[in-house]
Amino acid sequence: MTERLGRFGDFGGRFVPEALIAALEELDEARTQAMADPAFTEELARLHRDYTGRPTPLTEVPRFAEHAGGARVFLKREDLTHTGSHKINNVLGQALLTVRMGKRRVIAETGAGQHGVATATAAALMGLDCTVYMGEKDTRRQALNVARMRLLGAEVIPVSHGSATLKDAINEALRDWVTNVEDTHYLLGTVTGPHPFPTMVRDFHRVIGDEAHDQLRAVTGGLPDVVCACVGGGSNAMGIFHRFRDEPSVRLVGFEAGGEGVQTGRHSARFSTGEPGVLHGAATYVLQDEDGQTLDSHSVSAGLDYPSVGPEHAYLRDTGRAEYQPVNDDEAMEAFALLCRTEGILPALESAHALAGALRVGRESAPGTVILVNLSGRGDKDVETAAQWFGLTGDDTTAAGDGELGTRPPEHAPDHPHAPAEGIEA
Amino acid sequence: MNALDTVFTTCREEGRAALMAYLPAGFPDNQASREAMVAVAETGADIIEVGVPYTDPLMDGPVIQDAADRALAAGFRVRDLLGNVEAVAAAGAVPVVMSYWNPILRYGPDAFARDLAAAGGAGMVTPDLIPDEAGQWRAAAESHGLAPIFLVAPSSTDARLAMTTAACRGFVYVASTMGVTGTRTSVGAGARQLVERTRSVTDLPLCVGLGVSTGAQAAEVASFADGVIVGSALVRALGDGLDAGAGLGPLRELTAELAEGVRRS
Repeated sequence: MTERLGRFGDFGGRFVPEALIAALEELDEARTQAMADPAFTEELARLHRDYTGRPTPLTEVPRFAEHAGGARVFLKREDLTHTGSHKINNVLGQALLTVRMGKRRVIAETGAGQHGVATATAAALMGLDCTVYMGEKDTRRQALNVARMRLLGAEVIPVSHGSATLKDAINEALRDWVTNVEDTHYLLGTVTGPHPFPTMVRDFHRVIGDEAHDQLRAVTGGLPDVVCACVGGGSNAMGIFHRFRDEPSVRLVGFEAGGEGVQTGRHSARFSTGEPGVLHGAATYVLQDEDGQTLDSHSVSAGLDYPSVGPEHAYLRDTGRAEYQPVNDDEAMEAFALLCRTEGILPALESAHALAGALRVGRESAPGTVILVNLSGRGDKDVETAAQWFGLTGDDTTAAGDGELGTRPPEHAPDHPHAPAEGIEA
Repeated sequence: MNALDTVFTTCREEGRAALMAYLPAGFPDNQASREAMVAVAETGADIIEVGVPYTDPLMDGPVIQDAADRALAAGFRVRDLLGNVEAVAAAGAVPVVMSYWNPILRYGPDAFARDLAAAGGAGMVTPDLIPDEAGQWRAAAESHGLAPIFLVAPSSTDARLAMTTAACRGFVYVASTMGVTGTRTSVGAGARQLVERTRSVTDLPLCVGLGVSTGAQAAEVASFADGVIVGSALVRALGDGLDAGAGLGPLRELTAELAEGVRRS
């Protein structure tokens, strides 16, 4: 009867079938008790330290920053966690809750496969049955992660309905959950869905921002001027934003997938063309037509290819506390290549959107601006996509712009007409 | 008095349960969907749930998902359902709409309630809108004389049964099992138990949905509920009949079987 339950302003809530309400209540109670129970929080901290490898490093990237208008750029290295992305933070928390609630099975949706891999990993670690729903289109472009999940003992079910991407995987996971809720926990992978998911998932990821805050202070003696993160559902962004929300000097910028360009209609920029609506249990911004039918989203990165966004982001946007900008596929790919060549770090395509955003913000800001970027995942899963994008497949050793990607990069990309970084410098 | 109150009163006087048939608007196209709904009304359905095709129907199994996809591919627009509502009312059955919330939110809840009432609709079932979130819809429905109809589920606590039924008008949609729409070989003892639990907190008619596909199942459910809701089995009969060149024959046959089922004592 609490009309404003789990709300962020007008966003959030619980727009799900009645059959799920009891499970959501149980989950809310379990996570509230667990977070106040030292036995739970200590076990989670131990897993973070001994299993995930936290704290993750903070890396300053001066050679990359040379392309960012004189800004200092620091990367929060979630790519170095066990399983290769920030997703593991939330997964371990929810998997512990699953055991605590006496449930024996977890289900999950996955887009790029990172959340599915993390869930399959935690399920193996804790002896839980695991089923992962994945859009059929995503199973093809992220085949490596499908194999990883199966190696870890999970059942991966391709979803061919609708657009066969992340949103359809969530639909199918919700259908499974409503049928098997008695012994199954839906280990949702981002900061959307019905309450308590947006709050709970954010809280399991706030460790990212908490660590980064202290690490950055140790190096610079202060706060970052700007915090950049990519935003699909928005979990890595909420994780790093949360610590800085109440620091008014810190600018929070989320980067959505602009796909082939917002004007083409083939994108996932919910805050550029989406409007408030309801999808997957939450009131938030949704890419929808004038009838409220969900529109297909697009991105070169499967993890950002989603027509909705976490409700707390909608609130941060409408209140002006955070800003959101689209980054197109080609900008993200250029930033991806630039980080590879300047720093020897291969980022996830999702995170490459945040990197492209950092370059943009840096060039628009005064020299010396301190930019903290959440490098949310590593790009091993994206090698094939990147190789095709840059023409690195096959036997043609000259395919990559006369080998630019394979050799030492130019110190000043704008002077070099064939450098892959040209697009973002322009 | 809402048309739903009248139809349940009539059914009670006849000593039987009401038959409620679900079909999606726009499936396979607008015209054919209206003819199908009229056929079902003429063959014995008392109430017709006019489904709104939606891209993300998370309470629906594959049969209704596929029908929704076909309707949307054929160009279905939400406003088209008003033509279905008018056709059902003209054929003498009571039309209610069943819709996920976002299409209604986008239309504008008050505008939708106004237009639905004007077309002769009696209410709306909302599978993903619980009373806790439905303040705007309940106000719109009340001001236009429509019945808001919410679902209760086997997992609903007693407190939620009381709260949810208190928010309903017309009838209560009792979800027989945990799960999505689709035919099941057995509707199970769970449905009877949930009807009994719900009966103890409300005087509204209780209609059982999810899983009923045969006359025998309809008769079984009719023995303890005030209404029997059939969806996927009818949608399949409609789709298969049209695809096989048998027209509305299979749909009429199944409706007649179900109508006989709810009349068995």
